[in-house]
Amino acid sequence: MTTKSVKTGTAASVDYLLEARNIVKKFGDFAANDDVTLKLVPGEIHALLGENGAGKSTLVKIIYGSLQPTSGELRWMDTVTVVANPAAARKLGIGMVFQHFSLFEALTVAENIALAMPDDVDLAELSDRIAKVSVEYGLPLEPTALVADLSVGERQRIEIVRCLLQEPRLLIMDEPTAVLTPQEADQLFVTLNRLAGEGCAVLYISHRLEEVKQLCHDATILRHGKVVAQVDPQKETAASLARLMVGADVHSIKAQKAAKAKSPVLEISDLSLPADGPFGVALKNIQLDVCEGEIVAIAGVAGNGQSEFFDVLSGERRCLTEDAVKISGAACGTAGVTARRQMSAAFVPEERLGHGAVPGFMLSENVILTRHSSDGGMARGGFINQTAARDINTRVTERFDVRKAKADPEARPLSGGNLQKFVVGRELDRNPKVLVVNQPTWGVDAGAAALIRQALIDLARSGACVLVISQDLDEIFEVSDRIAVISRGELSQAYPAGDLTLEQIGLMMAGAHETGGGQSREAVA
Amino acid sequence: MGALEAVILTIITASTPLLLAAVGELVVERSGVLNLGVEGMMVMGAVCGFAAAYTSGSPYLGIAAGITAGIGMSLLFAFLTQSLVSNQVATGLALTLLGLGLSGLIGEAFTGLPGVKLPKIWIPVLTDIPFIGPILFGQDILVYVSIALTIAVAHVLFKTRIGLVIRAVGGNHHSAHALGYNVIAVRYACIAFGGACAGLAGAYLSLAYTPQWIENMTAGRGWIALALVVFSTWLPRRLAIGAYLFGTVWIMGLYVQGLGIGIPSQFLSSLPYLVTIVALVVISGNRTLTKVNTPACIGQPFVPDR
Repeated sequence: MTTKSVKTGTAASVDYLLEARNIVKKFGDFAANDDVTLKLVPGEIHALLGENGAGKSTLVKIIYGSLQPTSGELRWMDTVTVVANPAAARKLGIGMVFQHFSLFEALTVAENIALAMPDDVDLAELSDRIAKVSVEYGLPLEPTALVADLSVGERQRIEIVRCLLQEPRLLIMDEPTAVLTPQEADQLFVTLNRLAGEGCAVLYISHRLEEVKQLCHDATILRHGKVVAQVDPQKETAASLARLMVGADVHSIKAQKAAKAKSPVLEISDLSLPADGPFGVALKNIQLDVCEGEIVAIAGVAGNGQSEFFDVLSGERRCLTEDAVKISGAACGTAGVTARRQMSAAFVPEERLGHGAVPGFMLSENVILTRHSSDGGMARGGFINQTAARDINTRVTERFDVRKAKADPEARPLSGGNLQKFVVGRELDRNPKVLVVNQPTWGVDAGAAALIRQALIDLARSGACVLVISQDLDEIFEVSDRIAVISRGELSQAYPAGDLTLEQIGLMMAGAHETGGGQSREAVA
Repeated sequence: MGALEAVILTIITASTPLLLAAVGELVVERSGVLNLGVEGMMVMGAVCGFAAAYTSGSPYLGIAAGITAGIGMSLLFAFLTQSLVSNQVATGLALTLLGLGLSGLIGEAFTGLPGVKLPKIWIPVLTDIPFIGPILFGQDILVYVSIALTIAVAHVLFKTRIGLVIRAVGGNHHSAHALGYNVIAVRYACIAFGGACAGLAGAYLSLAYTPQWIENMTAGRGWIALALVVFSTWLPRRLAIGAYLFGTVWIMGLYVQGLGIGIPSQFLSSLPYLVTIVALVVISGNRTLTKVNTPACIGQPFVPDR
């Protein structure tokens, strides 16, 4: 069965399994990849590092056949090869696990896998093969389960099993651990090491330098579309890798300890809410107080109720009882977003384009959208004061270093990091008493992330209470005074950040604190 | 022929065009495309079917012409919405307006002419059985086609790889594209199938239901077919129930009016809509099942990156 899953042997006769030589990919005038060369050896786990926009995804899409290079060539086992499309890549033996999974929620596990198979397959027979491979590699999966009902970790397993069934020689993993608990990540590393041991090459994209050091044999670092270094990650430190990626030392964050806890400003008590549809998560009896001057972080794996929790705090969804949420002692559980903003609360949602900002609106118009009622004079008697909005926009973009082509551009063309700085800055500029922010630095480069985190800390130290919902544990440890963990709609007690280790948080993320007492189905031996 | 037998026969002929048009649109929507032009494709099928049958004398050539007209209209829609990425709702509405206008123009020469009626089949012995015979074994060929087509669509959608790909494309076109499926090509094919079905439904009206050409003779049946698809939660079995329920209540309403019972005719005309909506809402009460069967990408344009 081992030989059936992964082809070995044939690769031994060639020097490189895959060579990407002098790859250039241009979008208009912009070179996403500029003369990139990458060499992969059978059996090695090769890291591809770089900030957002460094060109990692472009390179990987070219290798997987989703994009065609402007110039340069791919050599597969010493032969020049044109990978016309993903189907051709799979035929060669290239499998890919996407960061945003390419799964179909309304289909079963077996149907999802059948779609990636080159020929028509019998679903019953395929289910047997899935069961076999998943047992062999320690990736338990139920072939008849509907994807919509599965956790993120389980969904990733589908993608991996899907690749394994095609007997890959090269497996591309795009930020696979971004959505996993530390324990799930460890399990994944076992699987990847085993694959590498069988001769399969792994191209591993990650932001997490510690895990690259732990797992990878070789690393290629991209910056602004160019290869800046190829290093042995075992011989580097996380700091030296970060320096190569960013091209400068990353600004470190100054976090003074919070003063002694004072009175709570944001009080959440007995907050329960049914799920809004079959793919939603129900919130169960959440209790949390956030005091002035402190930052409380909510950790958890994506899809465990974070967005529902945010929505119910911001007022996009109303609580069932008035008293479930109190701001400065005033009950506002059934109040809407505007009413809560008028109580000096501010909210930054996870999705910046489309939720936090209207893509086709100018930045000043986006300022009006969240601040029309809380800042007197912005909208008076039904008329908009555009001068005031523009002034705020200028202030925010200067203070938060939002780089833009003109004074008041539309939100759409801004890069992720710049738009996030604007969306966070727009709320911080109000000096709110309460700030709730979901995924403050998701998909943002290191420089912008440091700036945003520092701003959050500064706001808290000036006396506001800040609630950060995040999946990035490094970020959580960097900014927070207390940490609570959300798992399937249940929130743990908030512990002082210094009292928790990464392992403890990982166990809580997997559901160890749940009142059901049961072991999570994620806990895999 | 007894009264009941006549009622049942009318119900079947009234329901068949709805089922034909709706089962085609179901496949289109399962692939993630919303084609609001069903009415336009149907009426073009009706006029072209009538014209070809009248000119040639063969109802079967008429059927072929109706299908061809429906496919032609749908390919226009496919080109605009898939290749040029125009708005599907606006394009679908325009297709209906185009179909109604164009069919009036083509049909002007054929108004009031006697049509060629699609013959009913006759099987010795079986069709001669009283009551059951004419109902089960004495329909025209398209009645059987519509039922076979519904069963075939259900089988293909849920039991074959082609159907899996169609559902995948409608459920998440980005993922389907990433897996290497040609989203646009799958949608073209589904749109063309939907056009063929709508054209066939139109031809049924002008060749079997009332064998003549009258302007706007589809009279909103395309819109009813569209509504049936949604209310059936994109399941062929429910679609068949919905189409026949609608036909039944509709024809019963006409008979009741004929009897002169003191129910306002407006109420009777609106009854099929009410009954069908209530019935389909009741059977689609399982929200999880509804969510799973709803094509998530419906109406969304797809542009592959290059």
